[in-house]
Order: sequence, then structure tokens, then C-alpha cells
Amino acid sequence: MYTPVPYNLEIPTLFANKLIAPIIPANNPLTEEGVALGKKLFFDRKLSGNNTQSCATCHSPQKSFANNRQFSEGVQGILGTRNSMPLFNLAWNFDERFAWDGKEVGLEKQALEPVKNPIEMHANWETVAEKLQASPEYPDLFLQAFGSSEIDAVLITRALAQFERTLISGNSKFDRYLNGETTLTPQESAGFNVFMDEAKGDCFHCHGSDNNPLWTDNKFHNNGLDSNFSDLGLGAVTGDTNDNGKFKSPSLRNLIFTAPYMHDGRFATLDEVIQHYSEGLQPSATIDPLMKKVNQGGVGLSLQEKANLKAFLLSLSDPDFVNNPVFRE
Amino acid sequence: MRMLLFLLTGLLAWSACSSPEEAQSASVAVRFSHNWENTPVNAADFNILKFTNENGEMLSIERLRYLVSNVILTSASNEIYKLSSYQLVNLGEEKVTIEGNEVPVGDYKLSFVFGFTDTENVDGSYPDLNTASFNVPGMLGGGYHFMQFDGKYVGQSLAPAAFNYHVISAVNSADPNNLIFQDTSFKVDLGVVSISATTEIEIKMNIAEWFKNPNTWDLNVLNTVLMPNFDAQILMHQNGKSVFSLGAVQE
Repeated sequence: MYTPVPYNLEIPTLFANKLIAPIIPANNPLTEEGVALGKKLFFDRKLSGNNTQSCATCHSPQKSFANNRQFSEGVQGILGTRNSMPLFNLAWNFDERFAWDGKEVGLEKQALEPVKNPIEMHANWETVAEKLQASPEYPDLFLQAFGSSEIDAVLITRALAQFERTLISGNSKFDRYLNGETTLTPQESAGFNVFMDEAKGDCFHCHGSDNNPLWTDNKFHNNGLDSNFSDLGLGAVTGDTNDNGKFKSPSLRNLIFTAPYMHDGRFATLDEVIQHYSEGLQPSATIDPLMKKVNQGGVGLSLQEKANLKAFLLSLSDPDFVNNPVFRE
Repeated sequence: MRMLLFLLTGLLAWSACSSPEEAQSASVAVRFSHNWENTPVNAADFNILKFTNENGEMLSIERLRYLVSNVILTSASNEIYKLSSYQLVNLGEEKVTIEGNEVPVGDYKLSFVFGFTDTENVDGSYPDLNTASFNVPGMLGGGYHFMQFDGKYVGQSLAPAAFNYHVISAVNSADPNNLIFQDTSFKVDLGVVSISATTEIEIKMNIAEWFKNPNTWDLNVLNTVLMPNFDAQILMHQNGKSVFSLGAVQE
């Protein structure tokens, strides 16, 4: 009987100092074999119905595991309705609600959905398992990772989740600044102040801070995109009208790689995003009270403040993460 | 939040100067409940303009979470049993219960601190609170929120407007190079409780008191950007002292 080797998750010092430990389910501990298998599966087109798409098709490493399309195109050429979310630091999502609307609880369960979604990979899990079972290499890899060569959706998604939990982004310029390894430009520093100032950007209440290097609260907010909702977001999941128009706060890491922005990819540039919060807020019954200046259109930043804020946001980019060969196919 | 609660439970620090060996140990649970002038409030009441404050503004509650620390039982002989070093209470999420099992049966004074004292309000030092994004910006001295209370109100303008009743340790930041601090945490004494073998203690928050006593709160004037408002923080500190009371103590 082969015993898999425990995987040593390298947690950035900043994360270890500032955050509680990441979530690793007791029934799916990280192992070298499990992570390697998960990576292989992540890039394998056999997971789609017609063998044309893998997870990486919409979650490209070079794009911080997102892509640059407003909506992703499924195997049958049908466009989805949500922008592909980047994938990193997922083990620190302590509520374990994934996707823009929080409909998926747990990474393992999340991985079940896109494979069978008819407008995404449009496959059948039994068929996927059969394809992998028939391959010359997968049965042994599953045996090494999980002690069983009987491949099924449960083991496939466990392997995928293991790989996804290793996707850690924690080496941006701002991280290095917090670690005392570099300095910010005056503009980046001024932008951080806009971010943290309740009377200016007031971004920190939803998007973390120097003490929360996730740069998200992993909660759901209505950030004033629309007065009338064509997509109910969390509300469609919970059935609670008070949740209508609420979507997950995305991390602000790696924005330089992940355009376009928002759940529906409506903003092509960071400038448009900042403009939205400054002057474009739309009132609605569920708009978050943290969007406090909605009756004035937004927080009303000056051109200089907008430029400063953008400079700071870009300092959260982590090229080492997107260029890490460990995460490439 | 489950992980947060798990860790907080693990942090429950039990300490006692001495304990009578013959005393029977009790199982104690402390839970927080919320009301608006004796009408219970829970997450189902969120986002509805259904409350009217002392100044006459209708308002809704959309987020209410706050920090308590040093939840302790003190015996007549001044033995101290710490039930919790600190606890983040979130009305919108799971019911928070502080539990302990090593308190001898008897009568105790129950008290806690709303927020952190300056000594304990150390910037970035509490990973669970960092993870919950409960921090205060460094430009305001850092540390942690004592309370985030957000909602909407209808005041002089007919359109609902936001309020962010955020309580922090007060700071006068008029001169960014010379911040002047005032510790606005406060101790809440809830009186004597009798601890039997199994006891559940309710601590009640009357949310309306934040707008009422001794300062009638005018949301038309004080609504948002209150964190850097030193005077507003002092008013919150004064109003907070009448917010909590002892509820049911059940065996």
C-alpha cells in the first residue's frame, strides 16, 4: 500500500502573522501526490464533454487563474453570464462560499459544477471518470494519491481542490513593503491612504488592509452597480430579497492580470472601476450602507486621488504568482 | 465564521487565583441577544426601515457586529474567572455563545469590557479579527473596531441614506503628526448572577440606546465618516454605557 507524502504548504510570513490558519479539510489533506494529480486534472481537457476545454481554459495561470474575457465561452460556444473569477488564496476563504454568488460551499463541491454545467464544460461526471479510468496513467496516480484506482467525481474534485489550495499569491510589491523589503513610491503611498481613509476611498471595510493581506473580506455586498438587477447574485441562491444584487468582494490582488472587472465584467479598466465608486453608484434597496455617498453618486475622488489609488492597487500585483512554473501546465 | 468561532472557543482562557477544591464545578454559557426597546432583533429584521430612534428617524439595520473583551465572573472573595479574553459578536451570523466548565457553583459579579482597552488594542495582533477585517486604519491609530453598525435611515431627505455607526477608540487626528487618543472602551457591570451546575446567562443589547441615552442622536448630522470624528466617538462612548443589561439567567 502506497502512503502519500504530506504536502508542505508554504504560507507567506505575512499570512502566518496576520491571518488564522488556512482551511484544509480533514478528509482531504494535502499530499504531494494529490496536488500533482489535481494539477494534471486542472489542465486536462478530458474533463470537458468534447475534450476541448480544461479548467485552465477559463482560469489561466498567466491571468491569475482568470481570463480576460467578459464572459467565458463554453464547449458549445455559449457564453456564460459571469466573469471568470481568479483563483488564489482560496484556503483562506473561511466561509467557504465560492463563486460570485456564493452558491458553491467548499472547494471540492465547487469543482463539481463547471464540469457538468451545459454552458461550460458540459460533461457528465460518469463519462469523465470513465475517460480517466481508461487512460494508461490516471488509475495509478489516483491509487498513489488516494489509495484507490477506482476513479470517480469525489476523488477527482478532491484532487482539484488540493491543487487549488496551493495557489497562494503573497509576494506583491506591497507584501514586500510590509515585510520591510522595499519602499512604496509617494504615489502608491498616497493611494494607500485614499484606500484606508473613511472620508476618501473607504475601500478597507470590504477589501482588507495592511492587516488583512487577502485584500477581501470574502463577504457579499451590493456595491451599487445597478438600481434594477438583471442578476440577483446571492439573492438567487438564498431566496432572500435582502440579498438581491449582492456579489462576493473579490480580492484586489493581481488586478493588472484580471481585467475586465465586476461579476459581469462590465468594466474594462481599473479607471472605470474607480470611476464607478467615485461617481457612478446606483441606488437600490439592498445597496450596502458602506456605499455611503450613493446619494451623491459616490465618494467623489479628485483626479489625483484616483491616480494615486490606482497606483496603490497595482502595487498588489504579484508577477511571481502568475509566472510560477509550478502552477503552469 | 465557523473557523473563527472554533478558534475563539479555543482561546477561552480560564484563570482563577484560587478555587475551593470542594466546590462543585459549573457549566456556564453566556449568549448575547439583541432587542429594540424590548422587541427582539435578529437577522430576519435586517434591511427593513422598521425602527424609529429617539430623534424620530426611521432606520434599518444591515450589519451589527461588535467586540467584547475580558468577560469575567468575580466571586465575593474577588476570585476572578475569565470566560473569554475577547469575542466578536455578529448579529448577522451564528449565535455566539461563550462557554466554560470550571467555575465553582456560587454567586458572582458578571462584567465585560466593550471593545479593547488601549493596552489590548494592539494593531494587527489578533489574526481572527484581522481575518474578519475588523481593523482600524493606521492613520487613526490602528487597532480594532469596537463596533460596526451599518444601516439606512430616512431623515430630512426622503431618500434613504446610509449610516455607519462605527465605534473605535477615539482619536483626534486634526494634526496627523500628533494624534491624540482617548480610550473609549468601557467596562459593563451586569450585577450578580448565581451560577449553578448548568447555567445559561443572557446579555442583552438594546440597540435603541445607542441613539438615546444620554445623547439624543441626530442621524441627519452624525451619519457617516464617524471613525475620525473624535466628538462623535465620545458621544458613542457615553451612549454605549446604557446599552447592555443582564437578561435571563437559566439553570
